[in-house]
Amino acid sequence: MANAQPLLSVRGVSKAFLGVSALENVDFTLKAGEVHALLGENGAGKSTLIKIITGAYRRDEGEVLLEGTPIFPRDVVDAQKLGIGTVYQEVNLLTNLTVAENLFLGRQPKRFGLTDVREMNRRSRAILDTYGLGIDVTAPLANFSVAIQQVVAIARAVDISGKVLVLDEPTASLDAHEVEMLFSVVRQLRARGMGIIFISHFLDQVYQIADTITVLRNGRLIDTVPVAGLERLKLVSMMLGRQLESGIKRTIDPSTAKTEPLVSLRQLGKRGTVDPIDLDIRQGEVVGVAGLLGSGRTEMAQLVFGIERADSGTISVAGAPVGMTSPRKAIAEGFAFCPEDRKTDGIVGDLSVRENIIFALQAQRGWMRPLSRGEQEALADRYIAALDIRTSDREKPIKFLSGGNQQKVLLARWLATNPRFLILDEPTRGIDVGAHAEIIRLIIDLCEHGMALLVISSELGELVGYSSRIIVLRDRKMIDELTGDRISTDHIMKAIASHGATGEAA
Amino acid sequence: MMAVPTILRERTPQLIVLAVILALNAIISPGFFSIEIQNGRLYGSLIDVLNRGAPVTLLAIGMTLVIATKGIDLSVGAVMAIVGAVAASLITSGYSLPATLAGALFVGLICGLWNGALVALLDIQPIIATLILMVAGRGIAQLITAGVILTFNDKPELIFVGSGSFLTLPMPVIIWIVIAILAILVVRRSALGLLIEAIGVNRRASTLSGVNSRVILLAVYAVSGLCAAVAGVIAAADIKGADANNAGLWLEMDAILAVVIGGTSLLGGRFSLVGSLMGAMIIQSLNTGILLAGFPPEFNLIIKAAIILIILVVQSPASQTAMANFRASRHAVAVKTESREHAAR
Repeated sequence: MANAQPLLSVRGVSKAFLGVSALENVDFTLKAGEVHALLGENGAGKSTLIKIITGAYRRDEGEVLLEGTPIFPRDVVDAQKLGIGTVYQEVNLLTNLTVAENLFLGRQPKRFGLTDVREMNRRSRAILDTYGLGIDVTAPLANFSVAIQQVVAIARAVDISGKVLVLDEPTASLDAHEVEMLFSVVRQLRARGMGIIFISHFLDQVYQIADTITVLRNGRLIDTVPVAGLERLKLVSMMLGRQLESGIKRTIDPSTAKTEPLVSLRQLGKRGTVDPIDLDIRQGEVVGVAGLLGSGRTEMAQLVFGIERADSGTISVAGAPVGMTSPRKAIAEGFAFCPEDRKTDGIVGDLSVRENIIFALQAQRGWMRPLSRGEQEALADRYIAALDIRTSDREKPIKFLSGGNQQKVLLARWLATNPRFLILDEPTRGIDVGAHAEIIRLIIDLCEHGMALLVISSELGELVGYSSRIIVLRDRKMIDELTGDRISTDHIMKAIASHGATGEAA
Repeated sequence: MMAVPTILRERTPQLIVLAVILALNAIISPGFFSIEIQNGRLYGSLIDVLNRGAPVTLLAIGMTLVIATKGIDLSVGAVMAIVGAVAASLITSGYSLPATLAGALFVGLICGLWNGALVALLDIQPIIATLILMVAGRGIAQLITAGVILTFNDKPELIFVGSGSFLTLPMPVIIWIVIAILAILVVRRSALGLLIEAIGVNRRASTLSGVNSRVILLAVYAVSGLCAAVAGVIAAADIKGADANNAGLWLEMDAILAVVIGGTSLLGGRFSLVGSLMGAMIIQSLNTGILLAGFPPEFNLIIKAAIILIILVVQSPASQTAMANFRASRHAVAVKTESREHAAR
């Protein structure tokens, strides 16, 4: 494989947004006839790199060579003409048009100035035949499954571009059978000598299809290695940036293990989102949830809090089954949930810090029983002091606060409702170091005061630090529950990396 | 110095615009500010502004709440026509005034709930959801009146709602002031205002925090329907008949304008009912002023549009920034000359 020049080569590329570096001096080399997986957690710089290659962003520094020639794609269309096509997770085709129209949209074969439908359909059939896809090209695309739409999108991208194909999480919404169909198409294209960049959070799939892996973390290149012979554990530690270490553990009072569970999940699941899970959470206990992005960890929390409805299993609170049909129901049971995406799911940006703090409590009381201005100010001041929320004024709109302070306001919003069960999804993501430590201290503190907590975090060291138990999710399944001495980043990574092909019992 | 209530101080720009337009009216028609009492009722151009402005003011109250949730209600003009037709046909079929009013308000409530259901339960975009009733509404009104203008010249009790007076004030003025005060009290003394604003800013976050967003959305559209119903009864009582084609025609646009002039953003969130009331009064003063000026009627809409354009340009973010920059640069120049003078010394 050491022959000739690489198909696509990225050298020393950097990109910053408003002075914040998203990509720093990254190299990336794609050979013809290779499936090259690009891996990294959220914010690692994968999508920035892809967008630079496909012309959606312009690089600040460095060069991109296609077959040895430097290229400067102005936009995505320009990159397509140069030979670089992209297929995204959400198929961005027009499902109301026919398969053939989608394949030839914007470049329909013309006859006397009009679209030559017969010619278009004939050529479409010929293209799809090469993929072994004998579907009716005159039927609307919407008639077919997402997997077939995905293949049509690939066929279109390959037909237009033909050198480099970027697959951005193409399998996220497919089932195992459909994934296999997609992969057979990818293998064909590899055999034809195309270079394929494959982005996925599913490690099993990466091992199944990729020849080479490049890992990015925090905008930097970690390494590029061949898949053959790469240990999963090594890969996971490259992605998460942690050496194997025995973490520091919080001493856990063994008596909590004997008390009755506050919240019990029995076979709770939703098809295509989370496989059925059994879990007990007791008062005075922090249950940590570990797993890569897309492992189903957020989705599980959403089932518990009634944001999404489960289609199997039950939730019991203090022994009594509860139909968790809406967040209101969950809140009425004394649940609280700090979401991962603060901006869209958490803060009410234009409202003041005071209003954001009293918000959940007011919603719970209903509109007829308003908190008086005095009560609101007292509550706000109490939490601003208790959580050390840095704001010049309690009447300042929350959108002007830093991420860490917004997170503290959200915590205050829920603590004001005096919950007995608190779910935190990535409570320390994107916040400054000071606030970080304070939030961890708060988690431990709340737990010691008898609250039950479920904490989802990618910061494994942190999770090991405060969790009484840790459950590990992978590919929408709970694959392990770590207790006692097994609570360590080491064991978490081993669990995430363990072979567990979809067929095997988890 | 007289203490100005905060509720008014926050709306200084609207007060200034209103004052300017009233002053212009007074220049055009010297007797504009004179008010006199005849037969125990106040008369005068100012009273006329308050009186004629009643429908738009009422619509603007409901519209403000809807817009605060990031929605819009295009159907209010059509709902006025429907409710006018319902009131006229009830009273002419011999129902008592209370029964007629109850029936009319009930129909308005149903119209509002229909819009609310489309928006809150089916998640249809408000502009489309309410467009349906805007288009269908006049047809429904025509069906009710059987295509004619249904008059009730012999029903003084209903006519009283449109042209009677109480405590020297015309009935429409009393009705809108009472409803406005009620609305402001309910919204600001309960937590409803906060919850409405929160839904307008971030509906998902509100729902996740336990706000019953669907019920509140339903409620604001229902209130908008009720306000339109009251406006519809007043409009019908005023002309002593139900005109399915023209009752409330284009008034949804005036109501939206009143809300925007009043300082509530179409993007939802923070709202001001007082601002919207002033917006409605500004629009009515314009209408009255144009009539008093005696321009040929074909100019009326153009002049109105031009003046509203000026108001909105002055309020626009672009000109606000430009103003701020202008002030800053003047300040900078002043500082510079000052420091130069210092240096010269």
